Amino acid sequence: MSRGTLFDKVWELHTVGTLASGQTQLFIGLHLIHEVTSPQAFAMLRDRQLKVLFPDRTVATVDHIVPTENQARPFVDPLAEEMMLELERNAKDNGIRFYNIGSGSQGIVHVIAPEQGLTQPGMTIACGDSHTSTHGAFGAIAFGIGTSQVRDVLASQTLALAKLKVRKVEVNGPLKPGVYAKDVILHIIRKLGVKGGVGYAYEFAGTTFEQMSMEERMTVCNMSIEGGARCGYVNPDTTTFEYLKGRDFSPKGDEWDKAVAWWTSLRSDADAEYDDVVVFDAAEIEPTVTWGITPGQGIGVSECIPAPDSLPEEDRAIAQEAYTYMDLAPGAAIAGTKVDVCFIGSCTNGRISDLREAAKVAKGRHVAEGIKAFVVPGSERVKQQAEAEGLDKIFEAAGFEWRNAGCSMCLAMNPDKLVGRQISASSSNRNFKGRQGSSSGRTLLMSPAMVAAAAVTGHVTDVRTLL
Amino acid sequence: MSQVQAISGRGIPLVGDDIDTDRIIPARFLKCVTFDGLGAHAFEDDRAQLQGQHPFDQPQYQGAEVLVVNRNFGCGSSREHAPQAIAKWGIKALVGESFAEIFFGNCVAMGIPCVTATGDDVKALQGAIAANPQTAVTVDLNAMTATCGDVSVPVQMGAGPRQMFLSGSWDATGQLVAQTEQIRATAAKLPYVAWSQA
Repeated sequence: MSRGTLFDKVWELHTVGTLASGQTQLFIGLHLIHEVTSPQAFAMLRDRQLKVLFPDRTVATVDHIVPTENQARPFVDPLAEEMMLELERNAKDNGIRFYNIGSGSQGIVHVIAPEQGLTQPGMTIACGDSHTSTHGAFGAIAFGIGTSQVRDVLASQTLALAKLKVRKVEVNGPLKPGVYAKDVILHIIRKLGVKGGVGYAYEFAGTTFEQMSMEERMTVCNMSIEGGARCGYVNPDTTTFEYLKGRDFSPKGDEWDKAVAWWTSLRSDADAEYDDVVVFDAAEIEPTVTWGITPGQGIGVSECIPAPDSLPEEDRAIAQEAYTYMDLAPGAAIAGTKVDVCFIGSCTNGRISDLREAAKVAKGRHVAEGIKAFVVPGSERVKQQAEAEGLDKIFEAAGFEWRNAGCSMCLAMNPDKLVGRQISASSSNRNFKGRQGSSSGRTLLMSPAMVAAAAVTGHVTDVRTLL
Repeated sequence: MSQVQAISGRGIPLVGDDIDTDRIIPARFLKCVTFDGLGAHAFEDDRAQLQGQHPFDQPQYQGAEVLVVNRNFGCGSSREHAPQAIAKWGIKALVGESFAEIFFGNCVAMGIPCVTATGDDVKALQGAIAANPQTAVTVDLNAMTATCGDVSVPVQMGAGPRQMFLSGSWDATGQLVAQTEQIRATAAKLPYVAWSQA
C-alpha cells in the first residue's frame, strides 16, 4: 500500500467518509462537463428530483460534436444541434458556467480548464471523459467517469470509489532532439502495455518530467488511460506555479503565497512508499509511431513492424488482428508507410506548443500531393494565440487547412472523418478500429511534429531528418 | 435498489483481447441525449464486418444474458453508452479475464456485475457456452463462481463493488446525497474551495 505520495495526501484530504460497501466517498473539487456524456445525467437528476449541489464547482464547454468549419447555428447536423441545445439548457437551468462557441474561451475541456487556471494542484477533478487524466499534470487527481457518475457528482459533488494503487513511472535524462512528450508516453505504453496500469494511478517522476513544460506534462498525463491507468500525475513544482500565476482562476495576492505553500506540501515525500516503481532511460526513446489497433502497438520510427514471434505470447492475437486490419506486414519498416490524411489537434496535442513544433516542420515546405492535412487548435484561446504568432499563415502557406477549436477527428463525432480505408497520421490518442469516423479507417499515432513531417512527405518520416 | 446476488441466463462468448468502447459503440451513435435505442447498435461495425458471424448476430446467442469476454474488455473511452448498449441488448452480467477500470465502474453504477476469472477459466467457460448455447450460465456473487453446465470456475470482484451488489447499494446516489453536511464540511477544509470559486 502506498504511503506519503501526492495521491495518498490528496485522497485523504478529499475523503468525506467510508460507505457501507467499504468504498470511499470522495469529494470532487472540479467537475467538467461537455455535451456528449452529460445530457443523460441531467435527465437522471430530473427523474429523481435532485438539484446540482455545488453548481459553482462544475464548468461546461462544448467540444466533441463541434464542427470545425461551418459553426453557424443551427448546426447542419440536427443531432449535434440537439445536443448543443440540451447542454445550453442544462447549464442555464442549473446555474453552471458554460464556455460556448464564440465566447473566446471554448475548446476541448482538457485544454480550457488548465489554460484558465481552473485546474490546480491538490484538486480532485472528474469529467465524463477518459482523458481527464490530463489534469494530473498539475498534481491533481483527475479521472474519467461515466454518465451515472456524472449524475452522482452533480447531485453530491462526490463519488463512491475504491482507492487506487500508486506506481511511480520514472524517466530520467534529456530527450533527444526530435523526441517529444508524445513519444515518451507512447514508449511507456509500449513497455507497460495497455492494461498495465489498471488499478493504478501513475506518478510520472524523474528528471525527464521535471524538465518538461506544463503542456508536455499534459500530453503525458493525457494518455495515462491508454496505458490502463485511470489517472496519472506529476508532482507540482516551480514550472507548475509559473504556469498558473496570473491565470483567470488562479489565486491572487496573499492567497497566491498560501496556495504555493499548500501545493508544495502535497508533493510526494522523499521517503514515500509506492506499490510499484518502474524506471526508463530517456536516451532509449525515439520518435514513436503506432502501427496497430491499440496504443501499445508502437515502435520507434526507425524500427520495423514486429513479427509475432518477437512479441510476448499474450500480445500475439491482437497483433494478428492488427496486421490484417491495418494491412501492414510484420517485418516491414514503418517509415515510408504512405498516409492519406494528417490531423494535428486533440486534447493530447492541440496546445500552442504542439502547433509551434508542427509549424517549424511545415514552414517553407508544402503538403505532399493528394494528402489532406488540417490543424485544429485545442481551444479558441490557442487559436487566437497561434494567429497572433502567425502560425495559421505558416500552415496555410504549406497547404494545411486551419480550423476552429474542437475534438474533431480524434473521434470524428463532427464532420471531420476518414473515408473508407484511408490511413491517417494523427496527433491524437487512439488508434482503435474505426476510431476516426470510418469503420475501416486506419490511424497511426505520433507527435504533432511527426504528423507535419508525414504531411509534407506523404508518408511516415523521421522528423529528425527535417529539423 | 435491488440486490444483485446471482444472475442466471444463457451465455454468449465474445472472443478477443482489448475490445475497446469505440468498438462496443462507435462514436457516431453517441450523438444522442438518451441511452434509448443503443442496444441495436452494440458492436455495429464489428458485426457488419463479420456479416452475421459476430456472436451478437448468431442465432444461438440471441436472448443471452451473460457475456463472457477476454482481456482488458471495455478499454478506451469512458462512454457509458458502451455498457448501456450491451445492457440494452440484454446482457445482465459479464465474466472476463480483466476489465478496463472506467467500464467496470460504469457497470457497477448500472447494476451490472463484471467478474473476473483466469484466462484459462474464461476460455473454458467460453468453450462450454459455444458447445451448449442453450445451457444457462450462472454468475453467483455469494459463492463467487460462474457455472455453465459441468464447468464451474471461481470468479473475483473487489470487496467494495461486490458488497454494493449484494446489499443492493450499487446505485450510490442516495447514499452520497445523504451525507450533504459531511460533504460541505469536507469542502470547507479544502483551501482551494474558497480561493477558486469557479
